[in-house]
Parts: sequence; structure tokens; C-alpha cells
Amino acid sequence: MKSTDQRSLSFALVLCGLTLLLWLLGLAAGSRGFEFDLAWTDPIVQDIRLPRTLGAWLAGALLGLAGALAQGLFRNPLADPYLLGSASGAALGVALTLALGTWGGAQLPIDIQWVGPWAWRLGLTGAAFAGAWGAVLLTLLLARGVQHTLRLLLAGVVVGVVLGAFTSLLSATQPQLLPAMQSFLLGNTGMVNGASCVLMACVLLLCWLPAWRLSPLLDGLSLGEDTAKSLGLKVVPLRMLLLAVMALCTATAVAQTGLIAFVGLVAPHLVRSRVRARFAMSSLLSALTGGVLLCLADMLARTVMAPQELPVGVLTAVMGGAYLMWRLRSHSSHESEPS
Amino acid sequence: MPKLLMFLLLLWQNAFAVTVIDDRQQQVTLNAAPQRIITLLPSLAETVCELGACSRLVGTDNYADWPASVKALPKLGGLYDASVEAIVRLKPDVVLAGKSTRIIGRLESLGIKVVALEPQSLTDVERSMHTIAQVLQLPQPDAAAGRLWQQAMQAIDQSAKKIPMGSQGASFYFEASTGGYAAGEASFIGGVMQRLGLRNIVGVSMGAFPQINPEFVVRASPQWLFLAEPSAVALHKRPGWSAMPAVKAGRVCAFSPAQGHMLVRPGPRIGEAADVLVACLQKASAP
Repeated sequence: MKSTDQRSLSFALVLCGLTLLLWLLGLAAGSRGFEFDLAWTDPIVQDIRLPRTLGAWLAGALLGLAGALAQGLFRNPLADPYLLGSASGAALGVALTLALGTWGGAQLPIDIQWVGPWAWRLGLTGAAFAGAWGAVLLTLLLARGVQHTLRLLLAGVVVGVVLGAFTSLLSATQPQLLPAMQSFLLGNTGMVNGASCVLMACVLLLCWLPAWRLSPLLDGLSLGEDTAKSLGLKVVPLRMLLLAVMALCTATAVAQTGLIAFVGLVAPHLVRSRVRARFAMSSLLSALTGGVLLCLADMLARTVMAPQELPVGVLTAVMGGAYLMWRLRSHSSHESEPS
Repeated sequence: MPKLLMFLLLLWQNAFAVTVIDDRQQQVTLNAAPQRIITLLPSLAETVCELGACSRLVGTDNYADWPASVKALPKLGGLYDASVEAIVRLKPDVVLAGKSTRIIGRLESLGIKVVALEPQSLTDVERSMHTIAQVLQLPQPDAAAGRLWQQAMQAIDQSAKKIPMGSQGASFYFEASTGGYAAGEASFIGGVMQRLGLRNIVGVSMGAFPQINPEFVVRASPQWLFLAEPSAVALHKRPGWSAMPAVKAGRVCAFSPAQGHMLVRPGPRIGEAADVLVACLQKASAP
């Protein structure tokens, strides 16, 4: 029987190996399926496939980390990074920008014509980022702080539903927005460039450090809030900080790649099914798993129907859903066995 | 005697009855030339008007804005939110609607005749012109529709002659909406471009509006890019696109929202759409 540390370490090594393999394969996967004869210096490889592959991995890692934080903070295996309304906030931001862009002042009163070009300059990325943060702040406001888990969860649901309704209203009155909205809602890794990779890498590092430093709190929280308090942990301020970290991870990933389903939910589950580690380790593993998952999904999205693209979110949902179902089945068959 | 009268009446009615087959392959029988018509797609209103029956329109969808006279008509909603009540209240003889309009079944169950049309490709546009001419019961429906179609085609051919020398037969990529959705050769706008003699990098086999890998565009390196203004602003941010010859040389046609509205209307104004596209080619080619 290996010790927990050894198990985590070997799992981490497997994930790193998979990461390297997927990065290499990602450089070969493109609009003509897999091509292994392209030179490394080919602009197609350097300017398009490299940032896309790294970007998909980084976005997946951000979502995996955010998912681990969400499940740790809320002590709920169903918690995912979009819990505090950031997904619907980002979607609303994108829908508003698209609507302003397509109206472009044509049908708007003259005095708000300047909004259109301004919205274009902010771009869809900026709008999604701002929208995600706006929604999280709204949730915190509605929940009157971070003290009560249930209040936070409910506020997140309310914000998600209400902002989602506004988005639906916008797309119902402006049907020409639908295809562009769909591309955002299903996730799209095709437009990730070098700058967004650098940005995501910085945010990942910035977010992982506090998650690592504050992991005793999450380990304490897993024993219950009162126990954590009795251990002398400053639950409320630290929780606030971790929520902010989670929101930053989610908003950054969503702004770059759209709403990618299931990665943030499944990655921590996958880790837990393999190893029982302290939060510092499991959050790192969860980030690595998220990266591997999204990188794999992105590669399939590029190659299955090349040169057409499959929405990457569809693939992550199918893969994640299948995994959870399998987990559930094997779990319940264990339970029904006489022990 | 009453039987004979009935028979004569039936015969008289049938003399004015016309049966058309719409794009659902359903037969719709209209007992007399419809005098109160509702259209639920802008392009259908445009076709009715161009066939000289604008005065018979009593209502349109929210987006119909051409010719100017239709702007004054009651607005009845869009593809997903057309109002059954407002339509029924107008007592139309026939409703011309897009095939995917949600309320078609509801309207028919209320006894309203609906002719569903799906103008998606150029061939569809020609077919819907003929169907509408039959619905209107024009004296010579096929001749009238044929004339309208010929006019549109001639307008495109006229535009084709104005394409600058270097760009004749040029390859192009047409982005229909953000998120990498291309207008392929199978789409209506692709058909117009083909008639202009331009070469679409997204072939028929890929469907009308496929979502394609941006790498495919960089590889195909089209001579021209057509896209909406907001996307054109951020073109250089797309990975690998700034190195494309078309981007470097500024061979990018960005169309405004108003132009975009017109370009996506599969109706009699395709000649104008061709003109807008060619005008951009001329402007961007000028030194």
C-alpha cells in the first residue's frame, strides 16, 4: 500500500506526462486532421496551434482550480466554478456587446450612439470578464457577505436565473445574435492568441499561490465550519479572499474561451477518485486534470470534423457527463454488493 | 335545380381557386386572389412588393423596412415571437411565413391559410418568387416571377463587370457571424458571390453556415475577407491572421450593420447586395 503522498506524486507525474503528450499532439492537430510533417517554425504551428493548445490547457487548468476551490469552500461535490453566477453574467456581457455592435446606433437614439464603438473596443473578452465579475459582486451583495453558505448558493442561483433571463430576452428580440451567442455559450478555443495565453498563465499562478497558502483553511473547513473556527482559522476574511480567487479564475477562463461545461465540476471529482490528499495537493492536481481534459477536448474539436469545428463545450459535456455516469454506476454497484 | 346551382357555384369558385405547394411540400388552396396578406420575413414582403402587390399587405414582421411603405404597416413580431392574436385580428387571406416560424401550426388550426417558404439558397429565392406570384394570382404568375428573377440576375451580372481587374475570380472568405461561422458556397450569399465570379474557400460540401477552424482560413489564404465591422476591428488579434496577405494589404471588406441587414435578405434585392459587395472591392482596391 502506497502512502497518500506517493500516490499523489505518481498521479501528478502521469498528468504532467499526459500534458506534454497532448501539447505535442496539439501542435500536429489542425484543419486537416493530424499532420506530423510540419516544421516547428511554420507560422501555422507557431502562431495558431501553439497558442491554441496552451490556451486550452490553461483555461482548463483555471477551471479545474476554480472547481476545486468551489467544492472545497462550499463542501459540496456539486459545486462548480459557475456557482456564483459568473457564467450568466459573462453571457449577458457578451450579448449586450453583440447587440450594441450589431445595432451600431442604427436603431438607437442618437445620444447613445457612442456606446456601440466603445463596446467594440472593450471587445467580447472584456465584456465577458466584466460581466462575470459583476454577477459575482451582485451575488455577494444579495447574500450580504460570505458568512452563510446556503445564502450564497441561493443568491448565486437567483443571479444566474435573472441574468440568464435578460440574455434570453436580448437574443429573442435580436435573433441575429443567436449564432454568435451560441459560439460563446458552447465555448470556443479557436481565437486564443499568444497574449491571452500569457494572461491566463499569470492569472493561474496568481490564483494558485493563495490557494496553496490558504489550503489549511480548506482542510479545516472540510471538518465543518465550527471545527475550523475552533482551530483558530479566520474563516470569514479568508473565505472572502478564496471566493475572489475563484471568481478571478473563472472570469479569466470564461472571457477567453466562453462557457465551457463540466471541466470545473469533473476535474476535482476525478482527482478525489484517485487520491485523498490535502487541499494544497488536490487543488494542484485538479488544475492539471482540468488542463488535460480541456486540451484533449480541444484537440478532438479540431480534428473530428476538420476543417469544421465542433463546439468544444459539447465535447467536454459529453466526456464529463459520461465519466460522472460511470462513476455513479460503479459507486452504486459497490453499494449494492454485500460487504 | 338546387343541385345544379350548387354545382355551378362550386365550378365558379374553383375557377378562382389556386393550389400552391409550399416549401413544406404541403398543398395550400386559396379560393380567391388574396387581398389581405401578411408576411413574416422581410424578404417575403420585399418579393410581394416587387411583384406589384404591396397594396395588398396588411401587416409584416418587426424587421421589414423596405420598401418604405411597409414601415407604416402593423408590426407582428419575429420568427419566435410573432403574435397569433395580432395576426388573427387583421383577418388575413393568407400568411407568408418562414418555414421555421413557430406559430404556423397555431395559425392553421385557427383556419388561417399559411404558405411556408424557406429562401436559403439562390435556387430557393427563385422558387419562392414563383410560389408568391402564384399565391398572388397574378395574370401570368410564372412570367412575372421570371422577370423579377431575371432583373435580379442582371443586376448581379452588371455588378460583376465593375469588379476591379485584379480581383476578378478572386478567392474570398465571408464570415456570417462572430465565432467563426462562414457563409459557404451553399448559402444564399455564397450563391451571389459565385454569380459574381468570386471563389469561396468554404465549399458546398461544408454546408451553408459551418463553424470552421480559423486555421483553415489562414491556410487557404483568401485574397479577400468579408466580415462585419465589429469583427474587422479585432482582426489583428486573431492568432496568425495578421500575417495573412489579405490582412496585410488591407483587402478586408467590413460591412456596417445596415448593410449586413440587407446582405442577409434572400429576396429581390440581391442585386443591391451584389452592388454593396462590389463597391467595397472597388473602394479597397483603389490606391
